[in-house]
Amino acid sequence: MDKYLQVENVGMIFDTKKGPFVALTGIELAVKKGEFVSLIGHSGCGKSTLLNLVAGLLTPTAGGMILAGREIAGPGPDRGVVFQNHSLLPWLTCFGNVYLAVERVFGAAEPKAKLKGRTQAALELVGLAHAVDKQPHEISGGMKQRVGIARALAIEPKVLLLDEPFGALDALTRATLQDELIRIVASTGATVLMVTHDVDEAVLLSDRVVMMTNGPAATIGEVLEVDLPRPRERLALAANARYIHLRGRVLEFLYHRQAKRAA
Amino acid sequence: MSSIALRKKDALVLVTPPARTGPPHPAAPALTESAARAASRAAATGYRRAQAPDWLLKAAASVLGLALFVCAWAIIARSGGRIPGPGAVWDAAVVIFSDPFYQKGPNDQGIGWNVLSSLRRVGIGFGLAALVGIPLGFVLGRFRFLSDMAAPIVAILKPVSPLAWLPIGLLMFKAANPAAIYAIFICSLWPMIINTAVGVQQVPQDYLNVARVLNLSEWKVFTRILFPAVLPYMITGVRLSIGIAWLVIVAAEMLTGGVGIGFWVWDEWNNLKVEHIIIAIFTIGCVGLLLEQALMLVARRFNYS
Repeated sequence: MDKYLQVENVGMIFDTKKGPFVALTGIELAVKKGEFVSLIGHSGCGKSTLLNLVAGLLTPTAGGMILAGREIAGPGPDRGVVFQNHSLLPWLTCFGNVYLAVERVFGAAEPKAKLKGRTQAALELVGLAHAVDKQPHEISGGMKQRVGIARALAIEPKVLLLDEPFGALDALTRATLQDELIRIVASTGATVLMVTHDVDEAVLLSDRVVMMTNGPAATIGEVLEVDLPRPRERLALAANARYIHLRGRVLEFLYHRQAKRAA
Repeated sequence: MSSIALRKKDALVLVTPPARTGPPHPAAPALTESAARAASRAAATGYRRAQAPDWLLKAAASVLGLALFVCAWAIIARSGGRIPGPGAVWDAAVVIFSDPFYQKGPNDQGIGWNVLSSLRRVGIGFGLAALVGIPLGFVLGRFRFLSDMAAPIVAILKPVSPLAWLPIGLLMFKAANPAAIYAIFICSLWPMIINTAVGVQQVPQDYLNVARVLNLSEWKVFTRILFPAVLPYMITGVRLSIGIAWLVIVAAEMLTGGVGIGFWVWDEWNNLKVEHIIIAIFTIGCVGLLLEQALMLVARRFNYS
């Protein structure tokens, strides 16, 4: 399937107190099955809005979206969302948080033992087998984000939507989790749409980097194919000429063509 | 004894709900305060000096405060008037508490019975208020239109003294006991409605987004997200309600008579046994404190931060 996730001429206008605000206009994007696509742009460019549209949390004011042959009309568990601030329920354990999602999606068809197995497997996949019974406030920010990823992956979504998943983490933890994500995506073959403002993260993880123009009325400015072979290795890439070139292309777009006046 | 300390937060809860990140946690402010104090001391001197533990200082301060209070009382009692001193009250208390559960007819019962029948009224009135107020709070918090509908009614009725409702209760129930329970019901109702409704409105959008992206059923949303998220607010409402109910029952019983600690105060006033009135005041205070502390324990159990 060439166009697994299709975003067609999508526009988004918010009604604000100061009148209508055009956030996005004329967004055209097609994501192949198994592809990893990043959305990058300055803050306020509407990249998170686009992700929320695909998630179904917002309804576009123009255009439409199709996922695996079905129109997106509202949120649903065929899309796994990882929120920037992890959004774990503090009264449930790590296991409970993932189980809530697993139960919702597979609860009708599978016995409890199998649901528990799925939950356990998802937490093992993100390397949290030891923290299954911990409460969210007992674990670090990086671990919380892992639980968020486990919750999103455990429901076997058609597409994984990541909203600046590592934005709130320190640089070292972020690098570790990026490497983990590379491994997880490789082992599951997941289709991923990720919002980020980190150039290295975008180039390192993605098959394509979608660069967005500044808002208001933001749209897709340029799409960059990242033709680096996989598996990718952070240290080796640091000196790779092709990587440096691609990274330079994104930087050039963000800081030259879409330079943002000092906020 | 940190939890007896006066907290500004408690008084403000009705207007401003506790910040989402920290539902009322009784021990937290005291702990962080003392930690900060210790840290600043260590920073100033460069090393930690040996010193009395914090709890000992606190206990000493409490004891000192009580001692000063009793001294002031003794001085006032000595300087004339009809107020009995601490010694006389103590002697009377020993007599009263040595047999708290005697029964000599409806107007002469032990203090234990009086306290228990007051607690029973508070329990029934408060329980009924919880049964009505908490679900109502959820509904009002969930549906904007309904909360706008209820807002003026609540705004007008909330500041009314519950005792003003007593005649209506007497009219409706034609008996003193249900009328007192009715007054408790009315006064417990508002904090529970308001706190629950505010709690529902304060549920973080992030949690609701989780529910939305998973398409959780309404029942799951309620049991897994709304209810646990609102619980700390609800418990605050319950705590405020119990406090008010315990204040009101004394006044209500003075008016309705029968058995109860409030009635006992009035009865002892008619008998001019002032030392018994002072005993009643301390008893009411201690029972109120115990109720508050019990609910604090419950609140701590459901604090997730």
